[in-house]
Amino acid sequence: MNAQRNTLAVLVDNEAGVLSRVARLFSGKGYNIESLAVGTTDDPRVSRITIEVIADEKQIRLLSNQLRKLICVHSVKALKPQHAIRRELVLIKVLAEDFGQRNEIIQIANIFRASIIDVSKSSLTIALIGDESKAEAIQNLLKEFGILELVRTGMVALERGQYTIDEQTKEKGEFDYGKNVLREGL
Amino acid sequence: MKMTGARILLECLLEQGVDTVFGYPGGTILNVYDELYGFGDRIRHVLTAHEQGACHAADGYARSTGKVGVCFATSGPGATNLVTGIATAYLDSSPIVCITCNVSAPLIGKDSFQEVDITGVTMPITKCNYLVRDVNALADTVREAFAIARSGRPGPVLIDIVKNVTAERAEYEPLARREHGTSGRLGELMSRYDFKPPEPDMDDIRKLAAMIKESKRPLLICGGGVVRSRADREFKAFAHKIDAPVAITLMGAGGFEGRDPLTTGMIGMHGSQASNIAVDLCDLLIAVGCRFSDRVALKPDTFARNAKIVQIDIDRAEINKNVETDHHIIGDAKRVLSLLTELVPEQIHDPWKKEVFSHPTETHYDEREGTLTPGQVLTTIARLCPQDTIVSTDVGQHQMWAIQHFHFDYPGQLLTSGGFGTMGFGLGAAIGAQVSHPDKTVVHITGDGSFRMNLNELATEQYYRLPIINVIFNNGTLGMVRQWQNLIYQQHYSQTTLDRAPDFVKLAEAFGLSGFRVTDVTQFAEALKYALKCKHGCVIDCAINIDEMVRPMVGGGEHITNFMIN
Ligand SMILES: Cc1ncc(C[n+]2csc(CCOP(=O)(O)OP(=O)(O)O)c2C)c(N)n1
Repeated sequence: MNAQRNTLAVLVDNEAGVLSRVARLFSGKGYNIESLAVGTTDDPRVSRITIEVIADEKQIRLLSNQLRKLICVHSVKALKPQHAIRRELVLIKVLAEDFGQRNEIIQIANIFRASIIDVSKSSLTIALIGDESKAEAIQNLLKEFGILELVRTGMVALERGQYTIDEQTKEKGEFDYGKNVLREGL
Repeated sequence: MKMTGARILLECLLEQGVDTVFGYPGGTILNVYDELYGFGDRIRHVLTAHEQGACHAADGYARSTGKVGVCFATSGPGATNLVTGIATAYLDSSPIVCITCNVSAPLIGKDSFQEVDITGVTMPITKCNYLVRDVNALADTVREAFAIARSGRPGPVLIDIVKNVTAERAEYEPLARREHGTSGRLGELMSRYDFKPPEPDMDDIRKLAAMIKESKRPLLICGGGVVRSRADREFKAFAHKIDAPVAITLMGAGGFEGRDPLTTGMIGMHGSQASNIAVDLCDLLIAVGCRFSDRVALKPDTFARNAKIVQIDIDRAEINKNVETDHHIIGDAKRVLSLLTELVPEQIHDPWKKEVFSHPTETHYDEREGTLTPGQVLTTIARLCPQDTIVSTDVGQHQMWAIQHFHFDYPGQLLTSGGFGTMGFGLGAAIGAQVSHPDKTVVHITGDGSFRMNLNELATEQYYRLPIINVIFNNGTLGMVRQWQNLIYQQHYSQTTLDRAPDFVKLAEAFGLSGFRVTDVTQFAEALKYALKCKHGCVIDCAINIDEMVRPMVGGGEHITNFMIN
C-alpha cells in the first residue's frame, strides 16, 4: 500500500490538554504531522481538529481506531482526497521595492484570486485561500521577488455533499473495522 | 452535605467499593491523609516502602481480584515514582486508579517545590488522566475515572488534584455506583462513549462458526483478554466443543487450565515446541484476547502462514495491528465465546491432535546430581503448595521457568509483567495479592537481579504480617541477559555478573523475616515446608547454576519454529 497525504477530521472536547493528547498520539506512533488546524465548532464545547499525515490506508485505519479510544475524542473521520474539499489560508509577505514589481505582484495575486491585505513602501502582503497546489504555484511565482515571510494556517477540510462527520455513529457498520470481508471466500 | 475535597475523594472511593489503598504520603497529599485518619475502619491503607511498590501492589490487587486497584502518592517525586508501575499496568491492561496531589493552584506552573506535570508525563501510559482544579468537579471526576479504568479494555487512570482542592469545600451527595452512568459528567460522556463492550455481531459469529466447521486443523490462542474478562469457563467449553488444541500466551496463563489435555503449553519466544509447531501447521487460528505481540508473533509475515487467522478482541484498535487477520469479532471474550459455543456443532480432531501432541508441550530440563536446578525448585513448589497458590514473578529466566512449569487454573493466579517486562514488579504485586487474599498462599518467584530492584518492600511484607514466600533463583547473574550474550553476543558477559552483596539470609533477617540459603532440593523442601507453616514472610535463596538456560528459544524476529535452542 502506498503512503500518501491523508486528512483526518477529529471532533474533541474543547478542554485543556486535549490537543496535546491527540497530537501526542501521532508522534508516539512515529508519525509526523504535516498540517494541523484547530478551532471550535458551532457547538462551543466541541473543537474540530484537522490533521494531515503521510500514511497508507492501513495505518490510517489503525490511527483512527487509536484516536477513537481517547476519551476526549467524539468522532474521527478519514477524509479521502477525492471526497473532500480542503482549504488553507496562506499569508505571504513579498519584497516589492518599486512600482513595477508591485504591479506585477498584484497581477499574480489577482490571477490566484488572492487579496492584498497590507502594503508598505517595500513590501506587499498577500492572503491566499486554497489547497497546497495553489499555494505552491503562487510561491513559485513570487519567489523571484523575494518572499520575506510566509505563514499557513494548516489545512481544514469538509466532506463533499451533504454528509457530515456526525453521521458517523459509533455503531459497528460505521467503523472501518466493522463488517468483515474475508480475504478469500469460504 | 458540604465537605472538603479530601473527604469527597474518600467518600467517592467508598462508592466504588474500595477497601484497600496502597500509598505513600507527602506535603501536597497531606489533607487526604488527614481525612484518611478518620476512615481507618472503612479504608485500609497499606504504606509501602516506595511509591513504585504501591503502584505494583495496586496492580497486583487488581489482577488477582479483578477489581480496580488504588494507590496514592504525593506530588513531584512521589508521582514520578509511580510511572514504571503505571506503564506496567497499561501494557498488561490492568485496571488501577492512581491518585496524586499537586501543588496548590497559585503555585502551578512556577517550578514550585515538588511540582511536576504528572498528567503530561503519564499521558502515553494511561487510558485517561485528569488534573482537578475545581472541588465541584472532584466527585464526578473520580466516578468517571473508575468507570474508565474498569470498562472495555481495562487500564490505568490517573487523577492529579491540586492541593487547595483537597481543602476547599463543596456539596457532596452520595450516589450509588449503578447511578453513576446516568448523572453528571459521566452520564453525558456515556451518551457518546461506549463503556459497555460492543455486542458481538451475529453475522461475524456465524461466519466464524462456518470457518470452524470447515477447519481440519484448528488452533486456539488463549490471551490476556480471557484472563481480564474472567472468561475461563466459556473458553474451556468452547475449546472442548470444537476439540481444538490451545496455546497459551504469557498473559493468558490461568485463562485455560494448564493441565487440560488440550493445552499445548506456552507460545512464543519461549513457547513449547507443540505450541509453536501447531501455529505453523494449523489451518485456522482463533486468537482470543491476544494482541500478537512481538514475543508471540515473532515474525508477523510468516506467523500462522497456513492458517486463516481470526482475532477476537474487545479493542478494535488491536485488529490487524500486528498481524493481518482474515476475520475478527469485536466484543468481550466471555460474551463472544458463549455465543460461539452455542452455535458451533461439536467437532472431533483426533488426527490433528495426535500430530500436535506428538511434540512436547513442556520443556524437560535435565537434573544434575549435587546441584539445585530450576526444575527441582519449581516442581517442589508445585508439590508442596496448595493448588490455588497465587504466583507472582519478576522478569527474566525465573519468570519463564515458572510459567513453563506451573499449571495455572484460574484467572488472576499468575501475576507477571508481560508487556512491559518490569523487573521489580513481583514483590509489590505479591503484596497486593496477599492483602486481598489473606487465606491463600502467595509465592513470589524472583531472580537475584530483579529482587535487588524493589526488595525494600520486604519492610511492607514484614509490617503487615504478609506470609509471602520469596523464592530467589540466585544464579549470580542477570540470567536472561546472559543467555542472550551467550547465544548471540559471543559469550561477552558484559555487566551481567552479580557476584556481590547482599547476603539474602541476613537481609531477610534484618527485615524481621526468615531467610534460608539452600543448595539442594532437600534443603529447599525443608525451607519451603517451614515457610508454609510459619505464617510470616520468608526469603529462600536458591543456588542455581549460572549457565542454566530457558529452553526452547526462538530469536526475536525469527520464524516461530526456528528454534535457536531446543
Ligand atoms: C527494570 C528493568 N531493567 C532491565 C531489564 C532488562 N532485563 C530483562 S531480564 C534481565 C535479567 C534479570 O535478572 P534476574 O532478575 O537475576 O533474573 P534471571 O534472568 O537471572 O532469572 C534484565 C536486566 C528489565 N526487564 N527491567
